[in-house]
Amino acid sequence: MTMDAKQTVRARTTGFALLAVVALAACGKSDDASQQSATAGAGNSGDDRELVIGITQYPSTMNPNVDSMVAKTYVRAMLMRGLTRFNHDWELECSLCVELPTLENGLARMIETPDGRPGIAATYEIQPDATWGDGTPVTTKDIQLAYDVGRDTTTGAINTDMYRRIYQLEVHDDKRFTIYTDRVTYNFNVLGDFYPLPDHLEREIFEADPYEYRHRTTFNADVTNPGLWFGPYIVAEAQQGSYIKMTRNPHWWGKEPYFDTITTRAIQNTSAMEANLLSGTIDMIAGEIGLQVDQALAFESRHGDKYNIIYNPGLQYEHIDVNLDNPILSDKRVRKALMFGMDREQMNERIFGGKQPVAHTRVSPLDKVASDNITKYSFDEDKAIALLEEAGWTEIRDGIRHNADGEPLRIEIMTTAGNKTRELVQQVLQGKWKQIGVDLRIRNEAPRVFFGQTTRERKFTGLALFAWVAAPETVPRSILHSSEIPTTENNYAGQNYTGINIPELDAAIESVEFGLSLDERLPHWATIQQIYSEELPVLSLFWRPNPYIYPLWLRGARPTGHLNASTNWIEYWTRE
Amino acid sequence: MRRFLLSRLLQSLVVLVIMSFVIYALIGLMPGDPIDLMISANPNMTAADAAALRAIYGLDLPIYERYWNWLTAALQGDLGYSRLFGQPVLDVLLPALGNTVILMGTAFTLAVMVAIPIGTLAASKPRSAVDYGINLFAFAGISIPSFWLALMLIIIFSVSLGWLPAGGIASANAGFVEYISYMVLPVLTIATLSIGSYTRYTRSSMLETLRHDYIRTARAKGASRRRVVWKHALRNALIPVVTILALDFGFLFSGALVTETIFSWPGMGKLIFDAVMGNDFNLALVALLFATALVLTANLLADLCYAWLDPRIVIGGGKV
Repeated sequence: MTMDAKQTVRARTTGFALLAVVALAACGKSDDASQQSATAGAGNSGDDRELVIGITQYPSTMNPNVDSMVAKTYVRAMLMRGLTRFNHDWELECSLCVELPTLENGLARMIETPDGRPGIAATYEIQPDATWGDGTPVTTKDIQLAYDVGRDTTTGAINTDMYRRIYQLEVHDDKRFTIYTDRVTYNFNVLGDFYPLPDHLEREIFEADPYEYRHRTTFNADVTNPGLWFGPYIVAEAQQGSYIKMTRNPHWWGKEPYFDTITTRAIQNTSAMEANLLSGTIDMIAGEIGLQVDQALAFESRHGDKYNIIYNPGLQYEHIDVNLDNPILSDKRVRKALMFGMDREQMNERIFGGKQPVAHTRVSPLDKVASDNITKYSFDEDKAIALLEEAGWTEIRDGIRHNADGEPLRIEIMTTAGNKTRELVQQVLQGKWKQIGVDLRIRNEAPRVFFGQTTRERKFTGLALFAWVAAPETVPRSILHSSEIPTTENNYAGQNYTGINIPELDAAIESVEFGLSLDERLPHWATIQQIYSEELPVLSLFWRPNPYIYPLWLRGARPTGHLNASTNWIEYWTRE
Repeated sequence: MRRFLLSRLLQSLVVLVIMSFVIYALIGLMPGDPIDLMISANPNMTAADAAALRAIYGLDLPIYERYWNWLTAALQGDLGYSRLFGQPVLDVLLPALGNTVILMGTAFTLAVMVAIPIGTLAASKPRSAVDYGINLFAFAGISIPSFWLALMLIIIFSVSLGWLPAGGIASANAGFVEYISYMVLPVLTIATLSIGSYTRYTRSSMLETLRHDYIRTARAKGASRRRVVWKHALRNALIPVVTILALDFGFLFSGALVTETIFSWPGMGKLIFDAVMGNDFNLALVALLFATALVLTANLLADLCYAWLDPRIVIGGGKV
């Protein structure tokens, strides 16, 4: 060996040794240190009255009437409250209002709308002590402004459906008002998305130029203005794209919260999120907008003893939409064969650690309208093969079934590229269905293409794997009614991507919307679920749970499983 | 010189106008728009609602018309509002640019301060243990993926040792030390990657320069090795390095997407990515044009630096 070569070898050896030491330090020390940080106290702050929450998205505008996103819902619940909300038992209750209007208590009554149709008038009273963070009382003026902004078609407000069906708002005094809705529906008193807007700050801006309101709103221009918030907390500091720091609202009328400050930190990368948690930079990861189930399971296997990890099943319904225009899939026997040919229980056990329960229809078993009278499919390869044989897919060549015309039983499945969990499910399905002679081809797309074009314009040729999120007892009109099939003629309106068109199903959907009492609605709900499970426009997969990763010392934080985030009860969160 | 500057300025303007249309058109050609995303999140939204929202956001117009509307407003100083953040574009852009300048500027300075001396040192002692050591370090810097290095640094310094925060940015009322503590890991990540390539460029260029006759002459005249390297050779060796540095300097302001994402640093890289993915036309366009303008400016600076470093180079028909 020459001198140069010796030097090279020595230098390289030294370099690798250094790298190895660094890597060992990284791997070896992490457990002990994370234990220290996890048990040391309130994360980075060291202050037991401070809570730092990790979320994967930074909320856009905080104006409740502009744009909607989960991160915003999560943070906003600490700063302001809607008039109503669903509680942990999925029951509707008052949040900002005093008493829920019902026909029974006389706060709601049947009316005739100006155009002669039946409607409902419901009277609400705002909490008497509700006060904006600058000391101004929350009054019906604020309700009126929210209504004016929501009804103005130039503001670009979301929840247009809610504001459209409330055709009139009548103000009685500072705290009481009546809304008049133009139809009789069971959910007439659900006003969870109705948030008052501070009239003393926003009225002038809105009236100056309704079109520019969404840009000039104080929620964008001066988010730390205490007069914008009437929840347990107000915004003290915000760094766009990074964090929002909230402090107690001195004028909060409800239960006094335990934590002096709450900070939400946006960390998009989930590996970095875990590292932030282990280092104590954040105290917890929000379930509503945090890790995926498989990531949480991996985290739990390494650090499960140092955190309280809760997998809360909810309304995130993982499923496969079937394009019923596909000649192969238009045959119900093939759809049933696919259902019998997939082993969802096994997937749940092996991939999701048993935390992701199998779904049988799009109605959650936790929902009070869930029906038992449905067709259920458990893994049965023989049944699947028999159904395919019956459907004419009898000849097997190279492991793939063919029909009498020599066409292969080939189906394409699409989902959101980069979603590791869904991609894994696809691969398992590919393997399982191969065993019954189905050639499943995978083609995935970026989420904005998949949702923005492929599903919206029904461009998926076979199957589309994704999730729906709903509130309790959500009527599936836009998803299952035949009038909601997106076409070029209706400019791709509606979300009936499968193209299901069954008059009996349409009738049940229409009936369920207008049934006022639960007893009246239940049979229609049962019909919807029975048709859904029998006709299989959608192959149900799982109820995706949200993994909540809490510090061991946190008490009072309870996941809901529905769209009202756990932070709606932030004032009940305490430290042991 | 004045003619040269004027000509380059005009060229830059033309490039910017062309780029503005290309970027606008490319973003516009991407499938899906913000209203599509709203529809998928809200099953109750009707076709009429969607159409009304498209009209309000100007998304119902053909792309060239939307571009023309944007251009005429921009020429009057109105860069529009960010759809994602609901604020004037500059109000969103400038804080992100500030964060990026601080982060990337520090990393760049650190990289230059480390890379040029060690690159020179390696070249002045070729095939020695020092040279091999520096090369190894440089190759490691070039080869290590930034996300891996970032995560390793977090695990070592935040999780294991607990010395530094794992990510984010210090709050507005934080002290200097706390502010710096949030910068250390992202700066180290970015700088390590840059140091690798700058060291290699410096070393190669210096080796080349050290072979020139005038270096031999200087040595023959009795100049010390150190003086020859640092006084005579370095200035000439830096010419190609400056080109790289100047180009990199322009790109610095586009941010470092991966590093910013992992460290949750609210800079330009993350902002541009979010704007493009979120279909925020105004923000994406202005941010990308900003980045383009800075690359053009950096190129111009590189040309001027050549002339300063090498008096033989003349630009614009005369000496600088």
